[in-house]
Amino acid sequence: MSSDMISSLYVFVLAGFVGFEVIRRVSPLLHTPLMSLTNALDAIAVVGAIVIAGRQQSTLGTVLGTLAVIASMSNVVGGFLITDRMLRMFRRGERKQQ
Amino acid sequence: MIEQFIQVAYILAVALFILSLRWLSAPSTARRGVLAGEIGMALAIGATLLNPEIVSYRWIFIAFVIGGAIGIPLGLVQMTAVPQRTALSHAFGAFAATLVGTAEYYLEVPKIAHFMMFALVMEVILGSLTFTGSLMAAGKLQEVLPQRPITYRGQNFVNLSILGAAILIGIYLIIHPEASYLFPLIVVIPLVFGVLMIIPIGGADMPTVISLLNSYAGLAAAAMGFVLNSKLLIVAGALDGSSGFILSVIMCRAMNRSFTNVLFGAFGQVQASADAHEDRTVRSASPEDAAAILESASSVIIVPGYGMAVAQAQHRVRELYDLLTRRGINVRFAIHPVAGRMPGHMNVLLAEADIPYDKLLDMDEANPEFPQTDVALVIGANDVTNPAARTNRLSPIYGMPILEVDKARTVMVIKRSLSPGFAGVDNELYYLDKTLMLFGDAKAFVGAIVRELSHAQGAAA
Repeated sequence: MSSDMISSLYVFVLAGFVGFEVIRRVSPLLHTPLMSLTNALDAIAVVGAIVIAGRQQSTLGTVLGTLAVIASMSNVVGGFLITDRMLRMFRRGERKQQ
Repeated sequence: MIEQFIQVAYILAVALFILSLRWLSAPSTARRGVLAGEIGMALAIGATLLNPEIVSYRWIFIAFVIGGAIGIPLGLVQMTAVPQRTALSHAFGAFAATLVGTAEYYLEVPKIAHFMMFALVMEVILGSLTFTGSLMAAGKLQEVLPQRPITYRGQNFVNLSILGAAILIGIYLIIHPEASYLFPLIVVIPLVFGVLMIIPIGGADMPTVISLLNSYAGLAAAAMGFVLNSKLLIVAGALDGSSGFILSVIMCRAMNRSFTNVLFGAFGQVQASADAHEDRTVRSASPEDAAAILESASSVIIVPGYGMAVAQAQHRVRELYDLLTRRGINVRFAIHPVAGRMPGHMNVLLAEADIPYDKLLDMDEANPEFPQTDVALVIGANDVTNPAARTNRLSPIYGMPILEVDKARTVMVIKRSLSPGFAGVDNELYYLDKTLMLFGDAKAFVGAIVRELSHAQGAAA
């Protein structure tokens, strides 16, 4: 196993623990926005797809890479948009009186 | 130089992603969390575009435009459609992982190290099964596919053999990464498995399944990070994976079931006739009676279930909430973790109807409140209020955590008929002396109570 892979494993394990601790604190009230936000963040896969699409090493790579950019870009845009729309609806009681 | 700059941007993006989730913990800071995530994402994408390996931007920008054009309508769906939208976005994420994995394999073969091949196999298998599994889940939620579980004899054996075959081929590929003729199989077999996996799962199990698919999509992205040696992707994937995992555990606990039971159990059709229907009497009441009881209460807890959302009764319920609160009655909502079709869905639906979030209680907050509550009003919820979960060892839902509405002084249940809920069991709650059944459509019935109350108010003024 290369040292790159070892350090990647470290990052994976540590990020897993960070994720666990941070997400455990999210109130059940916001579990739906949580899922749509993590979805949007997960679409960071777009950075991998961009390089594959732009490198133009082979036609297959460019086609698959471009499709992957489309798929993840739609998650980036849609994910942030809907998360923000949902969160804008959560209001406290006091401000509600018109 | 440019390489270092890109790495710094990625590290900032990672920090912003973690802050983003950290800020999501409370509604007051949550929108800041979204902003942090957006900045992190923009930073990462911007830095990636500077990568000197990129020789042409044409397809990238075309893909940006198409992706954005697909993403905008998906970001503007109605709140009731959020579960299927979420399933669809899991499918897109998993699709991207599968495509990148496939591209990377054919670009690098035959010089792929074993561990790298392990990550590639994980990425492609998880990606493919999550892709079709999520599409199926979205189809069931959108009701273009039948929501009831479809089962046949030997189903679990068939499913597990198919998955087993994919895993064996995967292991062979890890040992012999150059066997490229086998690679298409670890894409196609999991695609089939994803479909078969969701077929036996019923609509009410969707909260767990969506969370599980969320977790798989995250792990596929993390595996992609290993393949591309991108720490940024590994972190984002690990965050998504652990989020999905935590939510699935919460959902399973809320239904008192295990993962294996959700995935292989096909709950709900076996014990449909388990309870012999004896003729027991229930007390029913009219909207006028219900209005009078609500009016004389000083504290009310409303228990909404998915039935309320199906009947589109949220806005009527909000009017009821307004009328009662204006009379000084303390009205709150008790929300079971599996109310709705995905974790937290009911909260979003009520927030959309403009009900303040500090009136929404989760199960642990609500249960100690019921004994001091005058009226518990159950709208479109069934199994999650059944006291048999606490008392009847023979009940299939025994041990499931419930909202203890039977401890309130009076219970009112709005329901179309006495038909059993998803678990196929009779609800003991309906036969208690303190329970009043309000038979009718949720929207119409709440509307009738609202009219009654506003009449009374008009007369008093």
